[in-house]
Amino acid sequence: MRTYALRRLALGAPVLLGVSVVVFLVIALVPGDPAAAILGSYASPENVAKLSAELGLDRPLPQRYLRWLGGVLSGDLGRSYALDRPVLDEVLDRLGPTLILAAAALALSVLFGVSAGVAAAVRQNGWADRAIGLALLVGVSTPSFFLALLLVLLFSVELGWFPTGGMSALFGDGGLVDLLRHLALPSITLAAAAAAILGRMTRAAMLDVLRQDFIRTARAKGVDEDRVASVHALRNAAAAIAPVIGLQAGYVLGGAVYVETVFQWPGVGRMLVEAIGRRDILLVQGGVLAIATLYVLVNIATDLLQAALDPRVKA
Amino acid sequence: MTLAGLAIVGVLVAAALAAPLLPLADPDLTAPFNRLAPPGTPGHPLGTDHLGRDVLVRVLDGLRVSLGVGVGATAAAALAGSAIGLVAAYYGRFVDGALMRAIDVLMAFPYLLLALAIVAALGPGLVNAALAIAVANVPFFARAARGAALVVVRRDYVDAARLAGFSDLRILLGEVLPNVAPLLVVACAGTIGWMILETAGLSFLGLGAQPPQADLGSMLGDGRKVAVAAPHVAAAAGVVVLLLVIGLNLLGDGLRDLLDPRLKAGAGGAPQPATAVERASVPPASDLGGLLDVRGLTTAFDTANGRHAAVRDVSFALEPGEALGVVGESGSGKSVAALSLNRLAPTPPGAIVAGRVGFRGDDLLDLAFEPLRALRGDRVAYVFQDPLTSLNPVMRVGDQILEALRPAPGEGRAGLRARMLALIADVGLEDSERAARAFPHELSGGQRQRIGVAMAIANRPDVLVADEPTTALDAMTQIRVLELMGARAKERGAALLFVSHDFGVVAALCDRVIVMYAGEIVEEGPTREVLRAPRHPYARRLIACAPRLGEPDRALEALAGAPPPIDAIPRACAFSPRCDHAIEACRAAPVALEPAGEGRRARCLRWRELADA
Repeated sequence: MRTYALRRLALGAPVLLGVSVVVFLVIALVPGDPAAAILGSYASPENVAKLSAELGLDRPLPQRYLRWLGGVLSGDLGRSYALDRPVLDEVLDRLGPTLILAAAALALSVLFGVSAGVAAAVRQNGWADRAIGLALLVGVSTPSFFLALLLVLLFSVELGWFPTGGMSALFGDGGLVDLLRHLALPSITLAAAAAAILGRMTRAAMLDVLRQDFIRTARAKGVDEDRVASVHALRNAAAAIAPVIGLQAGYVLGGAVYVETVFQWPGVGRMLVEAIGRRDILLVQGGVLAIATLYVLVNIATDLLQAALDPRVKA
Repeated sequence: MTLAGLAIVGVLVAAALAAPLLPLADPDLTAPFNRLAPPGTPGHPLGTDHLGRDVLVRVLDGLRVSLGVGVGATAAAALAGSAIGLVAAYYGRFVDGALMRAIDVLMAFPYLLLALAIVAALGPGLVNAALAIAVANVPFFARAARGAALVVVRRDYVDAARLAGFSDLRILLGEVLPNVAPLLVVACAGTIGWMILETAGLSFLGLGAQPPQADLGSMLGDGRKVAVAAPHVAAAAGVVVLLLVIGLNLLGDGLRDLLDPRLKAGAGGAPQPATAVERASVPPASDLGGLLDVRGLTTAFDTANGRHAAVRDVSFALEPGEALGVVGESGSGKSVAALSLNRLAPTPPGAIVAGRVGFRGDDLLDLAFEPLRALRGDRVAYVFQDPLTSLNPVMRVGDQILEALRPAPGEGRAGLRARMLALIADVGLEDSERAARAFPHELSGGQRQRIGVAMAIANRPDVLVADEPTTALDAMTQIRVLELMGARAKERGAALLFVSHDFGVVAALCDRVIVMYAGEIVEEGPTREVLRAPRHPYARRLIACAPRLGEPDRALEALAGAPPPIDAIPRACAFSPRCDHAIEACRAAPVALEPAGEGRRARCLRWRELADA
């Protein structure tokens, strides 16, 4: 298991390198002069020339990439001219709220998705299975930006149970309770579709396991059905569910863009949308790089989790 | 469900396409004095938006835009992705490696983020947004196409085309593409709803459609700004997106089930905790008594062409401590009969449709689930065929034995554990502490089956049912495990019901034997007698098949043909098509199981004359 873990971590390195190439190429995709685009239409020609030299736009692409990568590794992601501060500082400030939101959403989606999938599988083709299946279908099909709106209208505007948006500092006046109040609607919105996908996958994985011989053995021993479902079936299905959780982490990190925008959550997603609107390309680059790196790490973690769940994975 | 999806999508597409042809208002016609009119306003069934534009007309217009963009993006992603996938699969080696690593890198991005980065570079706009979403979906199609194509490129006809000197392009388009096309259609159908959703999402964020152009996403975005005062604007667009995507997903699921049944969610169905019992009437208990009293047991399976019995009218009794063998070829119904006793035959597709299983005064087929469960593994226990698949692969074998053990009154964890370790030692595994900690894959086949035996004898059951327990083992291990099982059953006073296709093994272990063919008992009697003078031609052939210890030169007669499938069992003597002695009467009507000597029964019209011959 330890060797496997080291090997899996080592495999992450080339992927991260590839991610950095793609993120770097975003600038190369910009039509026209990237320096002019970054500085906006009112920039003076001198400033454009200066930034152009700073970014090394006159040099060949591979050389520019190495220079840029060197900067990234030493913590230099460039400067946001619109915000007049280093990209790294802004990204780090925004990463915390996104992590809180994404972690809460992922936890909710695993909790509800897996339970729904298990409940549906053990009642296969019964009315509960059909009802859950319908709910999951609606969940998969509901745009999160629409769901966000519905939840705000119902729970914030009509009932006044939760704030319509914003986030308070974790150690601010309101403390944890206030944070949770602000977190409730955004995390539920973000979790809904991920939970639905996870639910469908869990159901399928459970049904696969429930057909296997050792389930019959457990029943022949007189093991009760709750234990058959939780200990025997779910424990075996978990290895198939873990990678799906990894995928949902990607969905949650991406979907955070909508949810943060609707709920004015001060995370990386909202930062990206604002930065795109301002054509603040270096900030977009930094934000995308940060989230993609995070996602690569999460996927390594879920792979390790999958291996840990299956004693047959040796070495 | 698929039809519902088809109906939803059909209505929406028709409405979107027909809208420009109908005498409706201009979707961009503003009316500053008629802003945010509520639904139901004359002339505006769904009200107006913040510029006084008719919501219904605008939603239909936006629906058309969203549909067009979604179809376009899906087509682009499918085209580019499958081109990459086909090329990677066809050329293999270096090309495959390089392309797939590139795809892996794209997959390392959270899906929407890649699209955002592309929009950031190219600038906002509907076409750029659709392009970004398409690019983000290319990896999915590339992988799907490559996976399907890898199977195809190894086929003979591709080699043949290559040898015939066809160009690579012609082979890819002419031979490979047509074979992976169904899978690509499934992939498209499954993703188009998702792509529409994501493109609408970018528009919602203001990164897609720019005014005056509008799709459902940007309408939702506009509606959001006035959501508190006039929720109908956002609701109209949102509900239409929701309906469209639900319809497309239903359609996609249906198409997938149709074109690629292997992927069908939950295909086949998982077995229920106990076999369904659907009896029209219940036969009375026999006066024979016995420990286990099986009367008229009939277990049927639902197949594509109706319900057919795999076990028909099986009756036998088992005395305490007795060893009874059940012999037959695979497909004879012997395993189904054995599993039906404790209702372990799978439902679906199986059901017990007639008979009773008397056990100590109860009819097991009549028991509610909880009392049945209490009995399982405690009074009636099983050893299964393949010890690898019948043990839970991710659970230590010690824990699997522990959960079989029923605690005695007042017995704690320590006591149970001690009993578990004693059981492991009792079935002949050395170092029981270590063996208890092992996972099934860490043990040999023989060791695994010993664990199987330990679980079965854990509670000193009255009946031990062994369903081909040694078939998956090599010959030497087979003998040792059999001896062990026989000895442990005898010590504990358990009656043994031993199911096997091997007459030799049954002869070594059992006092009495039942021979089954095509779901019916065809012969029953003391093992020694049946072996010496079988009454039924089928039993005679089976015995002729079995090698005998000490007679290495005896010629073994293979039995030609196979038992009939359960949906084609003749309404006569089921063995007659394969029988050397069959006469007209054998093929005319069902044959009854009749007494054939002391403690013996046979289902053959000619057993007397054949015995004399």
